[in-house]
Formats: sequence, C-alpha cells, structure tokens
Amino acid sequence: MSQKEPEKKVVFSSVKEMPPMAVSLWSMRYNKTGSWRNLRPIINYEKCVYCQICWKFCPEPAISLEPVEIDGKVKPKPVIDYDYCKGCGICWTECPTNAIETVEEEK
Amino acid sequence: MRKVLMGNHALSWGATLSRVQVIAAYPITPQTQVVELLSEICADGTLDAKFIKVESEHSAMAACIGASATGARAFTATSAQGLALMHEMLHWAVGGRLPVVMGNINRAMAPPWTIWTEQNDSLSQRDTGWMQVYCQNNQEVLDSVIQAYKVSENQKVLLPTMIVLDAFVLSHTMEVVEIPEQEKVDEYLPPYNPPYKLDPKEPHAFGGLTGPDGYFELRYMIQEAMEEAKNVWKETGKEFGELFGREYGLIETYRVDDADFLIISSATIASTARVAVDVLRDKGVKAGLLRVRVFRPFPSEEVRDVVKGVKKAVVIDRNISFGASGIFYQEVKAALYNEEHKPPVFGIITGLGGRDVRVEDIVEMSEDVLKREKPESDIIWKGVRV
Repeated sequence: MSQKEPEKKVVFSSVKEMPPMAVSLWSMRYNKTGSWRNLRPIINYEKCVYCQICWKFCPEPAISLEPVEIDGKVKPKPVIDYDYCKGCGICWTECPTNAIETVEEEK
Repeated sequence: MRKVLMGNHALSWGATLSRVQVIAAYPITPQTQVVELLSEICADGTLDAKFIKVESEHSAMAACIGASATGARAFTATSAQGLALMHEMLHWAVGGRLPVVMGNINRAMAPPWTIWTEQNDSLSQRDTGWMQVYCQNNQEVLDSVIQAYKVSENQKVLLPTMIVLDAFVLSHTMEVVEIPEQEKVDEYLPPYNPPYKLDPKEPHAFGGLTGPDGYFELRYMIQEAMEEAKNVWKETGKEFGELFGREYGLIETYRVDDADFLIISSATIASTARVAVDVLRDKGVKAGLLRVRVFRPFPSEEVRDVVKGVKKAVVIDRNISFGASGIFYQEVKAALYNEEHKPPVFGIITGLGGRDVRVEDIVEMSEDVLKREKPESDIIWKGVRV
C-alpha cells in the first residue's frame, strides 16, 4: 500500500472505494482518545530517572522518548501525548520513583 | 513424475509445490502426517519456508494470519477438535481477507474420542466465510491446494480456503498421484502480492474497532467476493485442466444427461456412488451422480441446472445438523425452493463416525428411495442399528 496521508479524514460513501478489510487510514489523527481521560498523569522530571519503564508499559503508546542532555550525557526523556493518553494509570503504577503524579481532569 | 501417496502427503506435496512461505501447526493429535512431512521438507532445505511449531491450533491459525497479513503464503493443517479450537481465528482470517489455505482431515467430533471420518467438523465452520473444497481422491487433494492459492489470492476474492478430505479413506490410503512439474506450477501460481499488507515501513492497523458505519459494508464485500469466487473457481479449474490435464469445477457430474434419478453427495461417498450409478444403470435405472466439490461458495445455479431435469433426487450426507437434517440436503433443497419444477429430494444420513459406506449400500438406499413417492421425513437413516 503506498498511499500518502490524505489532507482530511477519509470517509467512504460506497463499497467501491473501500479497502476489503478494516485497515486504519490515518483515522486516529481525528479520533483523539485523550478525551476519555479522568486522571491526567504529569511527570515530575526532578524525580524521573529516565529508566523508560513508563514508555515500555504505556499500552497506547502515548509516551514517547525525546533525547535530552543531562550532565553531559544524552538521556531519554519521557513525554506524554495528551491527545491520546486515556489515563489508564499503568505508568504511574509502574514508575519506580513515583515520579508520575495525577491531577483530576476538569471539563 | 508419479508417486504413491497417502492423502495427508498429497496435502504436503500441494503446499510444497505452491511454495508456501510459512507453515504453522500443532504437531500432536488430531494432527496427521501432513505437517510431519512438511517439517522434513523444510528441514532439508527443499522448501524455503519458516516452520512454526505452536502450542495449539488456535495459535497455528493466528500465526498463519500474521504471516499472511505481511504478504507471505501461509499453510496449516488440522482436523476435528483442532479445527474447532481454531474457530475464533477462522473468522479473523476471513475478516482480514487473508488467503490462508488449510488442509482439514474430516474426522468426527468428540466425545466420544474418535479419529474416523465424518463431515461435522468442517461443516460446523460453514458460516465463517472460509471457502471449502471436498475432495474425492488424493490427486484432487494435491491439485486443490495449488488451485486454492490461485483462487484465494485473486484480488477479487481474498478469502481463505479449506481443503477437506475424508479421514483414513483418503488421509491414510495410498493412491497413485501425478506430481505436477514445479515450473508449470510456478507458471500457474505466481507469487502472492496483496493490495494491503502489514509493513513496518508503512504502518497500518488491521481489524481495528469498526462501528455500524463501516462493518456492514465489510460483510457485504465478503459475500460479493464469495459470489465472484464461483467464477474464479471455474476459470482457474479450466486453466488447471489446460496446463495439467485435469480440469476441476464447482461440481462434477456423472451420467446425468439422460438421468431421471440423481444421487447427490460429496467427498469419497460421491466417488463410491459413481460405481453405484453404473450398477443401477445395469439394473435399468436411469441413474446419475452430482458431486458437490466446492461447498462454499455453494454452487446453487449448477445444482439447480442438474437437479431440475430429474424425477427424483437423493442427497447422501455423512454429517448431521442435530435437530434438523443432513447439511448438504438442506443446502440442495434451499437452492431448489424457488424453482417452479423441482423433483422430490430425499435425505439420507449414513456413515457417521467413519462407518463404511459401500457400493452395495448406495445401491440399496437408492432402490429404497425409488420405491417411495415422497420423503416422509427429512432424514432417512441408513446403516444405523435401531
């Protein structure tokens, strides 16, 4: 399949245009599951030891690693993508240094 | 090249000649020698394929699905309880529109534990969307594997196929089988090139949550593909005949042109019935035979064409839908219902659990049916001790 990302959400009007199986065609760009979240995880970088455990456990995955230089060394800094984080709580449960705090979302 | 092969090894040869790339199988009962031979063929380097031993038939089909999603040609084989354990994954292969081909040895379902032939295992998977081919000899088993990939991988079809053969009667019986030349098979069956595939360079998710706004269309497309598959089975069967000298259709008929009594059956009972037709002809009965080879998609039109010309038809089923009747019997009757002129159709159930069905049995049941005017019930039992 060599299809470029379309400019807007793909909506099919007939089976003639559809692929025969359910295949994601960038629909998650528009389906921002972060709105499901009740608790917002916030990483306290003072406590973070850059162990990458939250990144490994995130089922979405809504945590990415960005390289940062700390004391002359490049370390993987976890960054949460709130557009897709559902607030499942796995990252703050698994964090060995309790560096992930939670605040309740308000609407 | 000619070889003496059991049905199981005819499946292995079919897969090898089709140059399958991934074979995933559970190696213990109810598995047969199909994958045993394939594991040897992979180990000695004859076939460049990945052989994955898995912990269950459910996982075997899951592995085939994963392989097929990446564009690899995948094969597995199973039987009875193993097929039942695959059930959930059978749906995934269809919904993913993945052209996996599988050999299924028709064995009766447990309990009681049994390994003899009956069609209830594969017919229980009737509504999954798998295409099903019921074979009558080991040559057809080998040829059908090759043809199945050709049909399944057709861009208008993209559905998996189950090649079905009777336990012991074919699976462990030696027959002379013509092994097609690899070059010719390659000419017939080019490499698989799927329109959509799992590719890390261009990642897409498959089979994700689909709401009522899309699911309906996906089911519609499966049915459309099934309808299209009827033509593709016929065309590729003809092409097979041109290349290899053995032509295959959705159905096969024998002495039907002037027949007024028709025997309808499948698999090896149908090949036995061919001899019974000759016996009946010698006795002055204008008998003919219709063998249903491809059961899904069901060849309704072809069945109608043959049946409408006869005065009486009998369907012999080695299977039963408990609480209803024989399954081929239901399908044949359903195909005829809206026809203006249709003969009475009798339904016989026989040979369950692998009980032998001989030529004389089929002659006897035919003569019994010929004496009756109309079927008094949906089931006529034959060969059961009541």
